[in-house]
Amino acid sequence: MGSQGGFYQSKEFLDLVKSIGEARSKAEEDRIVLNEIETLKRRISEPDIPKRKMKEYIIRLVYIEMLGHDASFGYIHAVKMTHDDSLLVKRTGYLAVTLFLNEDHDLIILIVNTIQKDLKSDNYLVVCAALNAVCKLINEETIPAVLPQVMELLAHPKEAVRKKAIMALHRFYQKSPSSVSHLVSNFRKRLCDNDPGVMGATLCPLFELIARDVNSYKDLVISFVSILKQVAERRLSKAYDYHQMPAPFIQIKLLKILALLGSGDKQASENMYTVVGDIFRKCDSSSNIGNAVLYECICCVSSIYPNPKLLESAADVISRFLKSDSHNLKYMGIDALGRLIKISPEIAEQHQLAVIDCLEDPDDTLKRKTFELLYKMTKSTNVEVIVDRMIDYMISINDNHYKTEIASRCVELAEQFAPSNQWFIQTMNRVFEHAGDLVNIKVAHNLMRLIAEGFGEDDDNADTKLRSSAVESYLRILGEPKLPSVFLQVICWVLGEYGTADGMFSASDITGKLCDVAEAYSNDETVKAYATTALMKIYAFEIAARRKVDMLPECQSLMEELLASHSTDLQQRAYELQAVIGLDAHAVACIMPSDASCEDIEVDRDLSFLNDYIQEAIEKGAQPYIPESERSGMLNISNFRNQDHHEASSHGLRFEAYELPKPAVQSRIPQTLIASTEIVPVPEPMYPRESYQTTMPSIPSDAGSAELKLRLEGVQKKWGRSTYTPATSTSNSTSQKTVNGTSQGDGASTVSSMRETYDSRKPQVEVSHEKQKLAASLFGGSSKTEKSPATGHKAAKASSHVVEKSHVPKSSLEVASEKATPAQQPPDLLDLGEPTATSTALQLDPFKQLEGLLDATEVASAVNGAPAASRSPDIMALYADTAAGIHNKNDADLLSGLSNPSVTNMPGTTAMPQVTQSSSKGPNPKDSLEKDALVRQMGVNPSSQNPNLFKDLLG
Amino acid sequence: MIHFVLLISRQGKVRLTKWYSAYSQKERTKVIRELSGLILTRGPKLCNFVEWRGLRVVYKRYASLYFCMCIDEDDNELEILEIIHHYVEVLDRYFGSVCELDLIYNFHKAYFILDELLIAGELQEPSKRTVARLVAAQDSLVETAKEQTSSITNIIAQAAK
Repeated sequence: MGSQGGFYQSKEFLDLVKSIGEARSKAEEDRIVLNEIETLKRRISEPDIPKRKMKEYIIRLVYIEMLGHDASFGYIHAVKMTHDDSLLVKRTGYLAVTLFLNEDHDLIILIVNTIQKDLKSDNYLVVCAALNAVCKLINEETIPAVLPQVMELLAHPKEAVRKKAIMALHRFYQKSPSSVSHLVSNFRKRLCDNDPGVMGATLCPLFELIARDVNSYKDLVISFVSILKQVAERRLSKAYDYHQMPAPFIQIKLLKILALLGSGDKQASENMYTVVGDIFRKCDSSSNIGNAVLYECICCVSSIYPNPKLLESAADVISRFLKSDSHNLKYMGIDALGRLIKISPEIAEQHQLAVIDCLEDPDDTLKRKTFELLYKMTKSTNVEVIVDRMIDYMISINDNHYKTEIASRCVELAEQFAPSNQWFIQTMNRVFEHAGDLVNIKVAHNLMRLIAEGFGEDDDNADTKLRSSAVESYLRILGEPKLPSVFLQVICWVLGEYGTADGMFSASDITGKLCDVAEAYSNDETVKAYATTALMKIYAFEIAARRKVDMLPECQSLMEELLASHSTDLQQRAYELQAVIGLDAHAVACIMPSDASCEDIEVDRDLSFLNDYIQEAIEKGAQPYIPESERSGMLNISNFRNQDHHEASSHGLRFEAYELPKPAVQSRIPQTLIASTEIVPVPEPMYPRESYQTTMPSIPSDAGSAELKLRLEGVQKKWGRSTYTPATSTSNSTSQKTVNGTSQGDGASTVSSMRETYDSRKPQVEVSHEKQKLAASLFGGSSKTEKSPATGHKAAKASSHVVEKSHVPKSSLEVASEKATPAQQPPDLLDLGEPTATSTALQLDPFKQLEGLLDATEVASAVNGAPAASRSPDIMALYADTAAGIHNKNDADLLSGLSNPSVTNMPGTTAMPQVTQSSSKGPNPKDSLEKDALVRQMGVNPSSQNPNLFKDLLG
Repeated sequence: MIHFVLLISRQGKVRLTKWYSAYSQKERTKVIRELSGLILTRGPKLCNFVEWRGLRVVYKRYASLYFCMCIDEDDNELEILEIIHHYVEVLDRYFGSVCELDLIYNFHKAYFILDELLIAGELQEPSKRTVARLVAAQDSLVETAKEQTSSITNIIAQAAK
């Protein structure tokens, strides 16, 4: 085989590679490549280049592109090369075009013809090369051109061709499902191909088809199960074995497909239980590929209709993963745990310490995965700890993509499970402060709405407290140097609305701060606009309260600046502020009533209240209003100039977009309008935000209804979510105080018992107090519900007895909740609650009752889950032993040089040192020396710089 | 599905790139820069996976060469790790104790082998023997073609000039 590794290229090319290899900086490398590009440009367009030479040029082009430079000048030559008769040259041409061109490139059209011809070739290697290109280059428009040939090739005698044809058809389906939708039945046929490679390739398109439409493939469940069974029983040829596993890649694909087919389908799932169970048992958990198959089994088990026995096996595998030293396995374990807790939430509990270890691991990948898990298991009892952790992590990273994601998750969790308003506001402040520019603007609006409305309870006092705490925190936060724009908008709005409401801060305090904001963020017009409107509100409240208004000098200078602003929006706000300040207390109170942002206003779209006024004007000789449709496109400006004062006010109306509620408000307070008409610049009808701002005392009714809808969503989610943990939700509907007490107590006790078992098994492991506390706060909630059945089971193994036992607490809870509901005290119970929420709680009770009456299997499964939990420590101990044993064996194997490094439990990490040490084994040094000699012979010697280049990749 | 395959040396030099999803040349450069910054700095004991722009990148180091594959979030990371290893084993079988230098000078062969292993971002052939047979069949054609034009010794002589 050594000869295949030789170097056939010319010295020139070898020199190029060598000099690139020896380049000490990126700049040097770039210079070399640019030089090369010049040379190639010149050479490649010369006439009558020998084919061999041309082929090398094309390979050099590929090399240049690989290094990130543009070789587009040579694309056409690569395309030409595909026309060549000899496979040798053609293959290089195809390789180059598949690397150079994307499917939307103009040159594709020139290749289609060649591909068509090659697909008909009687040399199967030519067909293969063409099919490779088809997969990469054919786009939606060119599919019809090659489709007939590809279809024919599905029956080609060579399996390599059939396989590639299947994959090409799959690619067509991905690109344009409609163009091949009538052909998908071919995939089913190919499933019965007698070559396992073709069958394996067919699984890719089938997986995708099934993912899109499960129901039409239910009939294949039996076939897939029997294939999987045969594969697992080693019925395939040895060639498909991979590290002593029978065709693991095919097994994984099949398990993925079964997971789709069995999802929510009891009947289909029942067919799968045996084979999946077999794989669980047979899988070699000491090799990486074995673990890959096991992981896929867990995914399958957690997707199909639950089977207690399989869940138990899955839980065992997960705990083995989590206890492994390999980070990879821990990662997979965390991921698998996230899948399984959807079905059996109690499983998280036994792994709490492992999860916390992963959370505190220095490995970022593992940490993120763990956050994902925590996100999935958040509920109202542990939301504070989890969100707190998430925010801390969010602050510590600077990857914007992930920051956005984790910020939106924090917001989502906080909205769903917030235990108190105070906490919610504090959390939001932190999220905004550190990731404000990355979160959705809607979140900011939600926050403002929440502060304005309170939590929908009738307790005004609590709302006031909430607001003053918000104001206080914002005034403090404003001291921070650089705040995100969105957050500043929220701050300005809240300060304007509630800054002076509780009398703690004087108007000059607040206005001073607002002016500072406007000054400090003078580039941000939106913030300035918010600040200006906030200023207007503060002054309006002062005037309405008949206090003397002293405009601060900085405020005055700010206003002067804004009056001359280039932004018409800012200008208008400044003028409005000026106008409002000049009014008397009564008028101001009408325009800017305090704390009225939640009041609904009815918008009189016909403006019927103006009828008298119009009538009067018309009688005085004014022109009647002509609807826009009847007017010509042009506006007669001189018309306005000539009109009298009354007309001027209607001119203001004529310019307005009638859909907005703004005109109504303006006309409700005609005196302001009249006073300000001459200074109001042409209003821009395009700002929905602006209209919201200027009509601050009242929210447009449609916006109000939208908000109402949003709120309902929040409440529903809260209850929808908690269905995973029914018992917790019941306890929620009982009195909050007692639940908190008991759940915490229980959580702590479970944790200590957990610790006992943990310690008894691994006495050397000292679990820090802090971690335990964290565990208690994270898992405390879930432990509560599971505790009693688990202990009950320990006492007695008779299952019937346990059924009763596990039953009893539930029904007693039920009774408690029933008792509690009539006498509910909404303010304590429901954070986001509204009357509707309590009714949801009531609706939940029948569910509870139903649960009690559920058929025996259900209950049995719940009970079977419990023994798994209680028995697991012993099993784990067993595993610990066996795992260690296997590990030793592997080491021995490695030393004897018989096995592949990847067979070890920790691929890569342990394998690498082995590779370096084992340089003395096998023919490697000889080979390396030969290669070295060959290179030297050619006058190229890259080894001097990097001896690593000669190191065998595989030990 | 696999979005792309990258081979990067420990010094951050690109040894092979194969893109199964559409990336413009500009994006490719950016991706390579970002990922080599991310992967080459990771310690030896850490996971072989990194999260990146909502996707996962699975990497494995062989001697001084990093093999990276970018996959969707719901793919099986351990499986991809084995696909990488599968590829390396095939390369090893083909080149005979493959080393980085083999790939540097014969990167087009590494591409041909990859094309027999993966197609359209999916594993097409799980059997090493089949892949080896196919590549050998193509090579034998190449060899005959070569002997017709010029012998290998000629090329080496020419190269040594």
